Amino acid sequence: MRLDFTPEDEAFRIEIARWLDQHLSGPFEALRHRGGPGDEDADPALRKAWERELSVGGWTCVGWPKGWGGRDLSIEQQLIFHEEYARAGAPGRLGHLGEGLIGPTLLALGTDEQRARFLPGIREGTQYWCQGFSEPSAGSDLANVQTRAVQDAAIGDWVVHGQKVWTSWALESDWIFVLARSEPGSKGHKGLTFLLMPLDQPGVEIRPIRQLTGGAEFNEIFFDGACAKACDVVGKPGEGWAVAMALLSFERGASTLGQQMHFTQELELLMQLARDNGAARDPHLRGRIAQAWAGLRVLRYNALRMLSGLQDGSLRPEAMMYKYCWSNWHRDLGKLALDVMGVDGDLREHPLPLRLLQQSALFARSDTIYAGTNEIQLNLIAERALGMPRAARPA
Amino acid sequence: MNFSLTDDQVLIRDAAVDFLSQRSDSAAVRAAMETETGFDPALWAQIGAELGWCATTIPEDLGGLGLGQVELVLLMEQMGRRLSCAPFLSTVVLAGNALLQQGSEAAQARYLPRIAAGELRATLGLAGRGVGLGAPGVRALRSDAGWRLEGSLAHVVDGASAELILVVALVDDGLGLFAVPRETSGLDARPLQTWDLTRRVARLELSGVALDAAARIDGDAMNLQTLRQVEARAALLLAAEQLGGAQQCLDLTLAYTAERVQFGQKIASFQAVKHRCAQMMVEIEATRSLVYGAAALADSGGDAGAVMLEAGAAKARASETLFFCAQEAVQLHGGVGFTWEYDPHLYLKRAQASAHWLGTADQWRERIAAALLDA
Repeated sequence: MRLDFTPEDEAFRIEIARWLDQHLSGPFEALRHRGGPGDEDADPALRKAWERELSVGGWTCVGWPKGWGGRDLSIEQQLIFHEEYARAGAPGRLGHLGEGLIGPTLLALGTDEQRARFLPGIREGTQYWCQGFSEPSAGSDLANVQTRAVQDAAIGDWVVHGQKVWTSWALESDWIFVLARSEPGSKGHKGLTFLLMPLDQPGVEIRPIRQLTGGAEFNEIFFDGACAKACDVVGKPGEGWAVAMALLSFERGASTLGQQMHFTQELELLMQLARDNGAARDPHLRGRIAQAWAGLRVLRYNALRMLSGLQDGSLRPEAMMYKYCWSNWHRDLGKLALDVMGVDGDLREHPLPLRLLQQSALFARSDTIYAGTNEIQLNLIAERALGMPRAARPA
Repeated sequence: MNFSLTDDQVLIRDAAVDFLSQRSDSAAVRAAMETETGFDPALWAQIGAELGWCATTIPEDLGGLGLGQVELVLLMEQMGRRLSCAPFLSTVVLAGNALLQQGSEAAQARYLPRIAAGELRATLGLAGRGVGLGAPGVRALRSDAGWRLEGSLAHVVDGASAELILVVALVDDGLGLFAVPRETSGLDARPLQTWDLTRRVARLELSGVALDAAARIDGDAMNLQTLRQVEARAALLLAAEQLGGAQQCLDLTLAYTAERVQFGQKIASFQAVKHRCAQMMVEIEATRSLVYGAAALADSGGDAGAVMLEAGAAKARASETLFFCAQEAVQLHGGVGFTWEYDPHLYLKRAQASAHWLGTADQWRERIAAALLDA
């Protein structure tokens, strides 16, 4: 069990750090530390320009195969890339859903033709994606989706009626992947189809939803006769659940280590504030700060365990508890940050770094809800990691 | 950079699992609890002499296996799982580590080969009170023949049975490490009655303990900082032991709830029970990541200060995880969790005792905070 990197890996770290330092300049300087959780409204147009800047440098989709424009990076190098990206304060990635979710899904389960049509736009930062999974009646119970997709026998297009909710960045996106019910009368995860749809078409209405952070990063989307082409079905009609599950599995991976670098920066900002305002002398806050630091070491080593075991294929315990672990840690960090700020934590007048910390602290209230709530995570751990009986479902 | 266990490490772990499940099961532990010394000499002979576990981190040229902290963590975890009654913590984690980190070459050559071979049981008295850092309880005065030791050590692990007691003593304005053989005149050991019967503790009195000059074994190099590192190394290994105990608490609870039927179903099917077991698993895996990570950092030549803080963080976390899991095990066993006959109480008592050894969670967190905030 070794923690040191090879000289080649260290050279790669220097290369990416240097590139970022050079390119996060001029107009892009203003994007440093922007666009993260709680700050998604930050200049989408400029962030799309940044995606194209990354792409020209060959730094988008680094984990993809070389044949599709990636760098085929090893796990160690992906880890280094994501760490250096966050260390430089490079902005939140608008291309994240394309690069990290739908792209790998098409690589694994799409057709050659779908890959040829969609992957270049993702890699070049010219085409943006959002997710159409949750519905008002289908959150934790995703298999309860009711949005209907009916194939028009004459033209082959799928016609979609229904509603999706919590769709992040819908207003900045070009395409959406949608899980819809294609088999009338089917229930649960049977009879679903995974569709790719352009958002710019008749029958698509996007309404922003205001969040407790004050922003409106996510939306509800109403489909009233919008269409997906037959060639834009991923996998087979009626077998969309497996595609959706594969996509969700891609959320785990090397990008988690970039997330930790961002967490480290938040913790360091919090500690500097504590030194500056005297909170660092409070014994209780000292203890909580030490716990936060230790908790971040847990996340790092846990992620390293996960990455070292990726070749395994099966989901190991450390992978099954990871989301629960980081989301609760980060939620607690948010509270600690506001407590360190003390009575000033309630004010919205702070300069940028502190204001972003406050926004992140409030946004962290959703960390334990999205991508599987705490309660669902505990169910999954109990059932799949510990082998405890599954809950009986009503007939 | 590779964070998986090597094939050899997996073999070491699995061999320990098999051996201890046969020779250190609940019945064996309960039998050892009733003995005067607290351990079965036959088990110790197997661990020490046959399996060579005491040799794990001792260098090869001193009769050891020259392996790292990760291997020792794996062994400690399994021994903690079983609450194995053997003077391993005292001999290897306390005394052996003190010799490795603080001992002069001569002292290492004198004692480590015998420890490696399982031929010497030893322990360490770090402070006047408690198992860990604190004001030294013993003063070493120079005499014509060498040294004279005076003082008391209130809580020494295996203090009544160990053949060699290493003592941290005040020397002039500094500190020194002294080797006191069991039969030395003036050394009196009183075994203490404890709630955790799986580990023995004794109070040691030193009255005019006369030693020759060679009894000082730190080569005049000991100070508070070096002592901190000795404590941190030991704390990490105790954390590994606590991790194993926590895992067993979960495993016992899963086994019990899978069988116990109430209201027409196994109680394992109730969501509240499932969630609490899942929360134990989360704490255990988080602790496992931190313990293994700190050990890997130590073995990768990580910065000594960073290793110390991570070891302390691991000890803090593991102490809380073991107590939490033991408490949950008692609770989720229902009425039988409160009986002597079932095992959860053994883990609860080990949890309570070990939380106060080699630094409490609060003490380690304060040291971490000082390093982060006061520098």
